[in-house]
Amino acid sequence: MNVTKTLDATGLACPMPIVKTKKAMKDIEAGEVLEIHATDQGAKADLTAWAKSGGHELLQTEEDNGVFKFWIKKGE
Amino acid sequence: MTVKNMTVKEITNKVLNNEELFLFDVRTEDAYQDWKIEGENFSYLNVPYFDLLDGVEEIVGQLPRDKEIAVVCAKGGSSQMVAEMLVEEGFENVYSVEGGMKAWSEHLEPVKVNDLKDGGELYQFVRIGKGCLSYMVVSNGEAAIIDSTRMTDVYVDFAKELGVKITNVFDTHLHADHISGGRKIAEQTGATYWLPPEDAGEVTFDYQPLRDGDHVTVGNTNIDIHALYSPGHTKGSTSFVVDDQYLMTGDILFIDSIGRPDLAGKADDWVMDLRETLYTRYKELSDDLIVLPAHFMIMDELNEDGTVAEKLGTLFEKNHGLNIDDQEEFRKMVTENLPPQPNAYQEIRETNMGKISPDNEEQREMEIGPNRCAVR
Repeated sequence: MNVTKTLDATGLACPMPIVKTKKAMKDIEAGEVLEIHATDQGAKADLTAWAKSGGHELLQTEEDNGVFKFWIKKGE
Repeated sequence: MTVKNMTVKEITNKVLNNEELFLFDVRTEDAYQDWKIEGENFSYLNVPYFDLLDGVEEIVGQLPRDKEIAVVCAKGGSSQMVAEMLVEEGFENVYSVEGGMKAWSEHLEPVKVNDLKDGGELYQFVRIGKGCLSYMVVSNGEAAIIDSTRMTDVYVDFAKELGVKITNVFDTHLHADHISGGRKIAEQTGATYWLPPEDAGEVTFDYQPLRDGDHVTVGNTNIDIHALYSPGHTKGSTSFVVDDQYLMTGDILFIDSIGRPDLAGKADDWVMDLRETLYTRYKELSDDLIVLPAHFMIMDELNEDGTVAEKLGTLFEKNHGLNIDDQEEFRKMVTENLPPQPNAYQEIRETNMGKISPDNEEQREMEIGPNRCAVR
């Protein structure tokens, strides 16, 4: 996967992972991919719902040693 | 800017007193639909916090200016952010619910059910957010706990305040909707931990087997706890008769519903056990016994004083699940079209067996959501 930008949101509690994700999305173009790392348990459901409501595509998620990783493709 | 907080204790009081409150729930729509804070006179709005990051202008029209608004999220972080935005918009009666739904899920409200004969006391611990009920029987310096939650400090501190020693801890069955605190309390206090052996086949720790007809005395006075084998929700489910007055039914019989037989995986096998317990074994007991269940599902099941309790005779008249004459109809009701199973119920059962040991944070996540142990 071609990742344009990576965001480290580990250690941050809700709502910060999404606040930062939203901001980071502004720095990339439609069709580009943002990789996000978070440790907040709620991040998975929230990022999934947020991506959907914002018209972005959640390509993949992974859990690695307590760190949740997300790849989101920016929508049009 | 600082925002006023509202504690889950304060919200509990509003629920019990039927007060008004406007709940602005900023979790995802799925989370809100699945489980929320319920109150007779509460009104609601659900908009996820991530749709409000650019401002609240679009939704302020949907919020009352003349009522208390409690903003709630999963853990209390996002609600604080949204509450701050509302204060900036000129709202005055805005609060952020401290600790969010996690705190709501964990709050225990001790309510005194009654005095017992010979000077004892009976308390019901209402876990209002999740609908779990646990009990403390107190007499002459000793206490017994039934179906405790994992918030063990609450019981230990409560016993300390009353100046009593916890001597016996029981679980009516192996729970699937919440993590039992029974073993931990027993380890901490030196109390005996009782479990029905039919439910404990796979447990990894020592326990005292609880069998039909067992009598356990609390204190020096004669407050007998009498175990009554009553399978159906699980194979081992056991009820207790306390002080000849109270029937603790575990997850077999609730106020407005009955236990579901499928959470340990054997719905079809246990239907007739459940029927036998409800329609024969309980029928043989006195109608005057006061039923104290391990759960409630809806706020209507709470009495005015905050307890969840009703006479067995009244339940035989009014509880739909006790009034199905046709066996086949009964079988269908308790095995078909069941509500979704409780969140992470398999992992919760394994935790209660001692097979897995999730940390506190994981235990919290596992218990998110309502209990869903009943069929109506």
